[in-house]
Amino acid sequence: MRLQTILRTSLPLAFAALSAAALACVAASAIAAPDKVDPMADGKAFRKYFTDKFPKVKLEEFVNGPYSMNEGLRKQWEEKEQFPPYEFALEAGKEMFSTPFKNGKTYADCFPNGGIGIRQNYPYFDEKEGKVVTLELALNRCREANGEAPYSYVKDEMASLTAYMAFTSRGKPMDIKIPNDPRALEAYENGKRYFYTRRGQLNFSCATCHVQSPGEHIRAEVLAPALGILNAMPIYRSEWASMGTISRRFTSCNSQTRAVPLEPQSDEYRDVEYFLSYVANGLPIAGPGARP
Amino acid sequence: MNEGMSSAMSMIRNMMLAAVLMTSVALPAWAASETDYKTALAAAESAEKEAAQLRNKWTTTEAQLKAARKAAGAGDFDAATASAKEAEALAKASIFQATSEKQRWKDMEIR
Repeated sequence: MRLQTILRTSLPLAFAALSAAALACVAASAIAAPDKVDPMADGKAFRKYFTDKFPKVKLEEFVNGPYSMNEGLRKQWEEKEQFPPYEFALEAGKEMFSTPFKNGKTYADCFPNGGIGIRQNYPYFDEKEGKVVTLELALNRCREANGEAPYSYVKDEMASLTAYMAFTSRGKPMDIKIPNDPRALEAYENGKRYFYTRRGQLNFSCATCHVQSPGEHIRAEVLAPALGILNAMPIYRSEWASMGTISRRFTSCNSQTRAVPLEPQSDEYRDVEYFLSYVANGLPIAGPGARP
Repeated sequence: MNEGMSSAMSMIRNMMLAAVLMTSVALPAWAASETDYKTALAAAESAEKEAAQLRNKWTTTEAQLKAARKAAGAGDFDAATASAKEAEALAKASIFQATSEKQRWKDMEIR
């Protein structure tokens, strides 16, 4: 009788305790899960966010930035593409790419496949160096390795060279790899954190404009979506009246939020390029591009 | 002029004189000195150094620091001190931003 009483009272209690423990485990894992670095899940969520937000825009169209979501701008762009403003840079880049250095070697000697059709593989994580290597960085390293002075990372020659390399890769899907190396995951996570971190007196993050407000106007500009935002780089911007590289895009975005830009090709910029390129995997290379 | 009126006039004169004296004595105490400027600049530079370590300097802080140095160079320590104090306030705000964003960036993340 006593045993029955004990069982009657203790079993429900034990069950309740077990249920509570199970619930606590589920709750803990639900809280802990988002902190786990999972680039594949991030990429999936990233694409879903934009395709849900803009159901009429085809996935591969996001690389066209504001033109993918504003009919008027798109018509202007289509007309502009008949005589694209980046054409001079493209021609200059092609010539520079094939002109030998003083030692007789060329850029082709520094890259796989002679540098043709490889834009979609940059940036990559260099396991020997333990850091992200961008195309701009690889180009300047190629120059220095061959006894030439490095170019400015933000415009002119660097924009021309990357314009040509992007052009030879047009239509190829972005294909960024994250090797099974904790340092690569850390670089990816650092890039993600940089992208979402608010900075500058205006308290803006990259995401404030390019996740929360793509398609909206900021003054006269239509904001581009973050998805595929680097696929069309480098770009000719009417606002700049010249070409600009990815480095120029990052530094000028920082200045616009009243943050002091970091030095081009700093670890933070390399990592954010890694993150943004990875989540755009599968979207076509569209560079060089033109923007208002 | 009667005696009462004369006495009132005299009192007003004395009050005016006292006000002039007080102003002339007090003004130098209210104006910023070079020492005030140097103190304010050191505090601003120290805060901006911390912001730099957090990789989060603001262009507006840098502009106020530049304005402070320029005004001090021209001998205008009032303006120089005011700019330096403004720079310190901005630098402290950028430190607060960088510190709070260490966790808050996750609020904006697409999941």
